[in-house]
Amino acid sequence: MDLDQLKQILDLVREHDLSDFELEGEGLRLKIRKSGGVAAEVPPAPAAAGAAPVASPPQASPAPAPVSAALAVTGPVDSVPQDVELAIVKSPIVGTFYRSSEPEAPSFVEVGAMVKKGQVLCIIEAMKLMNEIDSEYDGEVVDVYVENGQPVQYGERLFAIRTT
Amino acid sequence: MFKKILIANRGEVAMRIIYACRELGIKTVAVFSEADEDSLHVRFADEEMRIGPARSADSYLNVPAVITAAELTGADAIHPGYGFLSESAYLAEVCEACHIKFIGPTPQVIRLMGDKARARRVMRKAGVPILPGSDGPVEGEEKALKIAKDIGYPVIVKATAGGGGRGMRVVRAPGELSQAVKTAQREAEAAFGVGDVYLEKYVESPRHVEFQILGDHHGGMIHLGERECSIQRRHQKLLEESPSPALSEKMRRKMGSIVIDAAKAVQYTNAGTFEFLMDPDGRFYFMEVNTRLQVEHPVTEMVTGVDIVKEQIRIAAGERLYLKQSEVTFTGHSLECRVNAEDPETFVPSPGLIRVFSVPGGPGVRLETYAHSECTISPYYDSMIAKIITHGRDRPEAIARMKRTLEMTVIEGIKTTIPLHLRILADPDFIAGKVSTAFMDRFLARPSGSRLAEAV
Repeated sequence: MDLDQLKQILDLVREHDLSDFELEGEGLRLKIRKSGGVAAEVPPAPAAAGAAPVASPPQASPAPAPVSAALAVTGPVDSVPQDVELAIVKSPIVGTFYRSSEPEAPSFVEVGAMVKKGQVLCIIEAMKLMNEIDSEYDGEVVDVYVENGQPVQYGERLFAIRTT
Repeated sequence: MFKKILIANRGEVAMRIIYACRELGIKTVAVFSEADEDSLHVRFADEEMRIGPARSADSYLNVPAVITAAELTGADAIHPGYGFLSESAYLAEVCEACHIKFIGPTPQVIRLMGDKARARRVMRKAGVPILPGSDGPVEGEEKALKIAKDIGYPVIVKATAGGGGRGMRVVRAPGELSQAVKTAQREAEAAFGVGDVYLEKYVESPRHVEFQILGDHHGGMIHLGERECSIQRRHQKLLEESPSPALSEKMRRKMGSIVIDAAKAVQYTNAGTFEFLMDPDGRFYFMEVNTRLQVEHPVTEMVTGVDIVKEQIRIAAGERLYLKQSEVTFTGHSLECRVNAEDPETFVPSPGLIRVFSVPGGPGVRLETYAHSECTISPYYDSMIAKIITHGRDRPEAIARMKRTLEMTVIEGIKTTIPLHLRILADPDFIAGKVSTAFMDRFLARPSGSRLAEAV
């Protein structure tokens, strides 16, 4: 499920004034409840969306790669912002994802952090070369899709940044 | 034996490698570009990693990405297939450094054979007949005449700095040589700025004949006979067969042993192909060695019963060849047609969605493909979508089988070269085995009226 699809569903819920909506599919369960407060749950799926299984190395635990539009919506449906500019940062290379520059160092960014264009978000290591991945946007980090030390494929979703 | 092999390739050869790995109980890793997300080899591999965008340089030719994928998946060997990185000494070296087995020859041998001038010198020393030439620019009329006499007419005068057919002159008699050299020198000066020319033997309508070898790491070396690949358009092979209709048993034995000696001289290991030009008198001239699996390997497999890809894997894993030369047998005749997603007349590429893909079975028919109904052929890679291979008791049966198989093949949604193959199979010269590298030019140059008559 991507952000467009989620927005479409939220629009439909609002349009038809539904109080309860549930959707279950491959690796996805979506529950929208409207009762003075709305919780839209998009629980993490055990595997990335797509037909084919993702390679998982023996040493790491399975990556909780949540569905792409992991937008934590709280409050009434009406107050969901109509135009959310969510930029998804994808890996430009295949390699291993690291949140920080060294094992003991703090992560470059955490959820909620404000980032500027050019700021380092993470490191992807390939063949012992540490590649810094810079943000292309100014904004707020709203999600991190990959766990520290996980392998990532080319094009895999890493971060969601709400652009400002 | 390897536990997991990463396939550094795509399409039909990736499927071929998966067949061999599955039969050997080896796990497979597919690396793929964004364009190949739904490709058959990705679906059938045990694991997969997307390593780059559609552009080959950033994906299938991307050594760091391929190696990283191998490390992340714990692959202990890489099979490079053909094309892409299959003749990359660099990849072979990086594999060595990372303790991943590269399924192919050593980086040194790959590098040697990749340097065409060096390869020629080494092969000549090893007793392989090479195309005689002046080995440098000709100086003066007398020297030219002497060299041409030694080489034997016809000779071709070529610009040392040239290419593309310019500054070339074919000379068939000594009386024409002086004039030809002077003209070629003038042309070369004008076109390339350097007036130097050299002489080389000119082979009239040569056949392209190649020998398949397998060498293990214990000194074992065998050849699996030859393939005739003369039917080419712009140096791209269209139809191949084994054995060559032009070789006798005696010639095969002689060339086979020359090739084995040469391979041993350079300590060749794993699979390789020695390519030759053969003149109408049955003389062979070395062209080059391909240090990889070849597209047309199935025709050799059909005639010898040897699974070349499995042998590549076994050799790389350190096993001995299971056959001695005396145990290699040749049975019947095999043909292969390369089915390309192209217009059969204009050769304009025809990528797109294949709505129907159906190839018949029956005795002596083999299909190698990654295409299927409802699959999309992307425009980013080469146009070959399938190889149809037949085997028969003799050449006429192999041809008859190929004809009926192609006639009963249904591929809808894209254009393919199958109509062209059917016309070639109906050609009297082809049926008589009278082929050479000039065949396709003659064939395509015929006025369309006579081509229509053949189609009927």
